[in-house]
Amino acid sequence: MGDWTHKHLLDLQDVSREDIELVLDTARSFREVSEREVKKVPALRGRTVAMLFAEPSTRTRVSFELAAKRLSADTLSIQAAASSLTKGETILDTALNIQAMNVDLVVVRHQASGVPQMLAAGTKMAVVNAGDGCRAHPTQALLDMFTIREKLGRLDNVKVAIIGDILHSRVARSNIAGLTKMGAKVTVCGPSTLLPIGIEEMGVEAVYDINRALKDADVVMALRMQKERQQQSFLPSVAEYVREFCVTADRLKKARPGALVMHPGPTNRGIEIAAEVADGPQSVILEQVTNGIAIRMAVLYLLLGRKV
Amino acid sequence: MSSVRIMDEDQIRRAVTRVAHEILERNKGLDGVYLVGIRTRGAVLAERLRQAIRNIEGRDVPCGILDINLYRDDLALVNKQPVIRETLIDFDITDKTVVLVDDVLFTGRTIRAAFDALIDLGRPACIQLAVLIDRGHRELPIRADFVGKNIPTAKGQQVRVRLSESDATQDSVVVEG
Repeated sequence: MGDWTHKHLLDLQDVSREDIELVLDTARSFREVSEREVKKVPALRGRTVAMLFAEPSTRTRVSFELAAKRLSADTLSIQAAASSLTKGETILDTALNIQAMNVDLVVVRHQASGVPQMLAAGTKMAVVNAGDGCRAHPTQALLDMFTIREKLGRLDNVKVAIIGDILHSRVARSNIAGLTKMGAKVTVCGPSTLLPIGIEEMGVEAVYDINRALKDADVVMALRMQKERQQQSFLPSVAEYVREFCVTADRLKKARPGALVMHPGPTNRGIEIAAEVADGPQSVILEQVTNGIAIRMAVLYLLLGRKV
Repeated sequence: MSSVRIMDEDQIRRAVTRVAHEILERNKGLDGVYLVGIRTRGAVLAERLRQAIRNIEGRDVPCGILDINLYRDDLALVNKQPVIRETLIDFDITDKTVVLVDDVLFTGRTIRAAFDALIDLGRPACIQLAVLIDRGHRELPIRADFVGKNIPTAKGQQVRVRLSESDATQDSVVVEG
């Protein structure tokens, strides 16, 4: 296995296939820690990790926080609504103030693409991107790849169909970047207004017909319909989206028998995914959540578990 | 730099067999005794001890693998970080006798980390330590209960244990430097 050489984790486009393999293998070792009675190891004792979240999040923030705590790091959580960001302080100033309190690593989520890069360039702290705008959400893609690899035993040549609002989805972009690097075959599918022009240049196939996208898929990943990013009219109506693109039990039959059903959460049941599919035997949605902690422990360990 | 072979394949086999007998003798059999090997070569030696014990007693002793890297006392100081591998212990160690197995006992810091790692998994009735080589130069008050071979070394020397399962070469113990 190679060494981890990056100071930050901003985007899977910046990391190699070997880096991804190292994160996945390390996560595998960390999974056991969360299954113990004493869910804690001392690896990051004395380190401090700050969560700086300018956008709402439960899953990702809690997952990072638990991951840091299970590694014995100290954590603090700053949420935009309850912080000086509402008083006009810039995110970089907020970050520099956190740095002035000797924090080692900041986990950042922001509605604007590129904020994690800006903090990486403008501070001395290690930065982990927990989702920036429509651009990247690397740890979500890593936990998705981890879940697929654990369930199917490989990523190479696995056929993955990503269904829904690709345009606004940082989860889709990071998954495409990671999965194609690992040799998976990715098909994206959604209404033409929500499929970005030129997405094929990322090495994926783009289709408008969900039945074609699902055909022989090993993994079906439904994306959340992002109401907060739908002020402009991308869709004639939600009902039409459901009719054309909702992952239903009937449509799922087109995929390989036993194909994995995934969703990054939070789910809008009955919109992008039928409730019976989300709760069905093929669903690994809650396993994704469990695996998220192991992945984030691996990332935090790789970034902080040495002389920094 | 000199390189002296201290043990060959046969000597290692005999040492493992003797330590297996000693473990059985000390614990008056196998009841409540579990083996836990420290990755990587301690895990190989634990598995060999398990086989040796089976040859003697006709019974299997449960055997697990411990990765101690997350418990190292120098993690915040190293430039090249260790690769973390899985801890595989599928039994409850509480109230059991755990025989911890490693290849070389040197400063004792690895064993200190192993104690912490084990105790996070449960509260053993007792921990015993079996090593193939004790080379001295302890930095902590730790001693082995079962020793394959004591080797006097200078602190700057390297003791290299090679085992066929982990190193794809013939078994040997070599002192270098």
